[in-house]
Amino acid sequence: MKRMMLLGDEAIAQGALDAGLSGVYAYPGTPSTEITEYIQRSAEAKTRGVHSQWSANEKTAMESALGMSYAGKRAMACMKHVGLNVAADGFVNAGITGANGGLLVVSADDPSMHSSQNEQDSRYYGKFALIPTIEPSNQQEAYDAMFHGFEMSELHGTPVLVRITTRLAHSRAGVATQDKLGENTLRLPDNKRQFVLLPSIARKNYDTLLKKQVAFDEASQNSPFNAYFDGDDRSVGIIACGLAYNYLMENYPDGCPHPVLKVCQYPVPRLHVKKLFDECASILVLEEGAPFVEEQLRGLLDESGKIRGRMDGTVPRAGELNPNIVARSLGMEVHVGDSVPDATVPRPPELCKGCPHIDSYKALNEALLKYDEGRVFSDIGCYTLGALPPFNSINTCVDMGASITMAKGAADAGLVPAVAVIGDSTFTHSGITGLLDAVIENTPITVFILDNETTGMTGGQASHARGRLEDICAGLGVSKDHLLVLEPLARNHAASVEAIARELAHPGLSVVVQRRECIITAADTRKEKREEAQA
Amino acid sequence: MNRDIILAGVGGQGILTIAAVIGYSAVERGLFMKQSEVHGMSQRGGDVSSHMRISDREVHSDLIPEGKADLIIGIEPMEALRHTSFLKPDGWIIANKKPFVNVTNYPDFELVWKRVEEHSNSILIDGEKIARDVANAKAVNIVLLGAASTHVGLPVEDLENAIRVMFARKGDAIVDANLRAFAAGQKFAAEKEAVSA
Ligand SMILES: Cc1ncc(C[n+]2csc(CCOP(=O)(O)OP(=O)(O)O)c2C)c(N)n1
Ligand code: SF4
Repeated sequence: MKRMMLLGDEAIAQGALDAGLSGVYAYPGTPSTEITEYIQRSAEAKTRGVHSQWSANEKTAMESALGMSYAGKRAMACMKHVGLNVAADGFVNAGITGANGGLLVVSADDPSMHSSQNEQDSRYYGKFALIPTIEPSNQQEAYDAMFHGFEMSELHGTPVLVRITTRLAHSRAGVATQDKLGENTLRLPDNKRQFVLLPSIARKNYDTLLKKQVAFDEASQNSPFNAYFDGDDRSVGIIACGLAYNYLMENYPDGCPHPVLKVCQYPVPRLHVKKLFDECASILVLEEGAPFVEEQLRGLLDESGKIRGRMDGTVPRAGELNPNIVARSLGMEVHVGDSVPDATVPRPPELCKGCPHIDSYKALNEALLKYDEGRVFSDIGCYTLGALPPFNSINTCVDMGASITMAKGAADAGLVPAVAVIGDSTFTHSGITGLLDAVIENTPITVFILDNETTGMTGGQASHARGRLEDICAGLGVSKDHLLVLEPLARNHAASVEAIARELAHPGLSVVVQRRECIITAADTRKEKREEAQA
Repeated sequence: MNRDIILAGVGGQGILTIAAVIGYSAVERGLFMKQSEVHGMSQRGGDVSSHMRISDREVHSDLIPEGKADLIIGIEPMEALRHTSFLKPDGWIIANKKPFVNVTNYPDFELVWKRVEEHSNSILIDGEKIARDVANAKAVNIVLLGAASTHVGLPVEDLENAIRVMFARKGDAIVDANLRAFAAGQKFAAEKEAVSA
């Protein structure tokens, strides 16, 4: 046993490696990125040949992990919560095929939307796909969950969802490691039709999955991650899920006087819940994210007044929990320090000085001056900051890839020209198929691919688009006459504005690649080169 | 033993280095520790902070409760003030004097400094000047750590030792520069506290 100081994300990575992982498949996304980056840096992973290259998006990651599981090895797919929407088709159907080698899907939720467009709760996906979910409450449990998860996955032949949230992902604490397990050898499923979801087979598999629910319930009831702590004061019984358990204990440093059910594995351990419900006068549900357990507890018709939580306002309906919110929900007084609003103003994120996106937006803004406002459909990345002053350039940011497709829909509705602004990594994540739609109909949109040759927003991961953009666009059928490459630099401003104006006026599809490397990755590359030269 | 510390600054000012120094010392002492970091979106010129919790008992929450922090170390004065709701009534604020201005509505400097100084336990320190005088401008974060060192709850020698370990990779000259920065910060705070005591 070793003790290591690890981020929650790193604990997952180290745990998976120690539990016999053969491959991680992932697309970056805060707060999940550091899981895969840890494995990419691990010397041991390199020696063992553990797969850790980035995937094009979460769907390809999910499916590759499923393929590795099919071949009998232990695989993991990691993503941020909205990535699970992208991977949902493969994810839900992997519930029906079942797993062969252990298969873990890690989804990192972001309650309070620190760096996301929503705060959806991945536990619903676990329930939707009818598979077990583990929600570790601390770094040690995050590590241990990998062993437990792979074991459960192979025992029951099912994928297992692991749900974490921002605070755990990005908080460091001591973790004790376990004895390492070896990797599996190549071993195909006994039934060579198990993964063929033809209706006749899928119906059988679905039946099997439904029958497994009893075992999943039992696994939750007996899980080392769930625990029932009795207490003398039964005026309230508390259900504390995941991190909420820590916030609860923070408020009771000498032990909680009330009965507490700690829930970190799902399906919800029903018998424990029933005991708590029967023995306590009221129930308080504390959970990070949506009222997932509370909703199930209340059902449609609960009017008992016995259950409290996010749905009755005892806990705020939205946003991350913290020790103070939990204290208030318990009726405790909270003494907060004075804030000084007159001497503090918000400091929102901004594009780096010298960022290529700045020059791209300046040129685009000028070329668009002669049109009415409201026609720029954008996407997710550093360039989304173009929505804020001084640029005020973009009108939408919804989900990865939606820039091109929304521009197409708006153009179809008569908004011409419509403009799409998308980053290079976002383009290879989910922009290619939308561009193909526009090629087929020669839709009059102008697509700007802001090619900074990296995945900037999430810290500069290699972009699948690098060196391939023109070939991809030409291969899809974009006309060479309307496929331009510009260099976003102040000295090229006038020429860029002119070229962009021409494409905006073109009554068909144009693609304008704005190519200049992100100055942060460019500086890093220069530094690495210098260090190499010195070494 | 139990210390809750908030480190605050703007992306790139080196709060994670301070966190690493304190964290290393705590772990060497066999204490429990949790340290939450801010990653992602908020790093691009936005405000960043880290909650460090050190204790001889198990630490539950990754976040410090409001009203419970013993110490705020701010490498930027307005960023130090952003977190005062977390501070205990007798908690300390150690803040760098130099404002980092990347917003158009940055408050009046004098007001920001005044708000720091009116806090009963506070030290406002010209970290840049001290760092330049004894080491180099980059060592501002370590000057601040030095100024805060008697409030961190760990022996000062432990922190110095951690600085040696953390900077060892960069060579003796850098280690020494940071130790000088640390000592200078410590000295400044000691003189200041002596005057106000
Ligand atoms: C489905 C999904 N996956 C991942 C993310 C996280 N994410 C946001 S922007 C981004 C990368 C953007 O890279 P790029 O398009 O090249 O733009 P840049 O940030 O480099 O300007 C990622 C991975 C997300 N928001 N949604
Ligand atoms: S990280 Fe790169 S792409 Fe993102 S704002 Fe900075 S320079 Fe621009």
